[in-house]
Amino acid sequence: MTLLITAIAATVSTILWFTHSQNDKYRLGTLSLIYWGASLMWFIDFVFEYAELKSEYFNQEFADILNDSILGVTVVLIGAVAWLIYNFVKHPEKLFKTK
Amino acid sequence: MACFAVPAVEAIVVTASYFAVKKREMKLEMPKNTVNGVLAAENSSKIKLSTKISWLMAMLWGGVLLLAFEHFWHGEIVPFPPFLSAMSNPEDTAEMLHEMATVGVSMAIFVTAVWGVVCAAASALYKKTLLRKAEVQD
Repeated sequence: MTLLITAIAATVSTILWFTHSQNDKYRLGTLSLIYWGASLMWFIDFVFEYAELKSEYFNQEFADILNDSILGVTVVLIGAVAWLIYNFVKHPEKLFKTK
Repeated sequence: MACFAVPAVEAIVVTASYFAVKKREMKLEMPKNTVNGVLAAENSSKIKLSTKISWLMAMLWGGVLLLAFEHFWHGEIVPFPPFLSAMSNPEDTAEMLHEMATVGVSMAIFVTAVWGVVCAAASALYKKTLLRKAEVQD
């Protein structure tokens, strides 16, 4: 579920970046790269776990799925916060109003 | 267990190379920064190497950050020494090192390979766009 939620976040942020590419002042491309990097790493993790457990991998308890889903949402939030901090550091002038 | 450590090491190396490449590019661009009033960056016929490296950097650091949190969530990273719970006994440490050598290395190679494909595709598309622009201007 964590992989799935992060991959969805990566896809949505990429679509947003593509539709706003003419005026990408918020660096949405960086946000999508953060999510894609994590998605690719979790995909490898999934491949190794699937090779070990085979179809058992998909027979998970509801509690595990719920835990993974909450983790997925939290991870997406952390990615967004990291991107916000990156934007603040890169463009501190946007934090203050100048006359 | 600590599979993200391998991409983390790669991220550090990539970040160092990014700053080195960026410095070299700035040195090379300095004399021809403006050609007929047009900035060299705007006049570039290909995507800068530092830009491409920055994509890999974002992917690696993003992945490392989020995976590190996942490990913290599962109790594999602890906020006190030795910071990795697998370091507490030799059996777990051996398992952790094995995971780093298999899963960790695969993660680093896979992310780098995907980045390579993205760079090749982006360069081809960029050239195509420039050609189209030149055709329109003619």
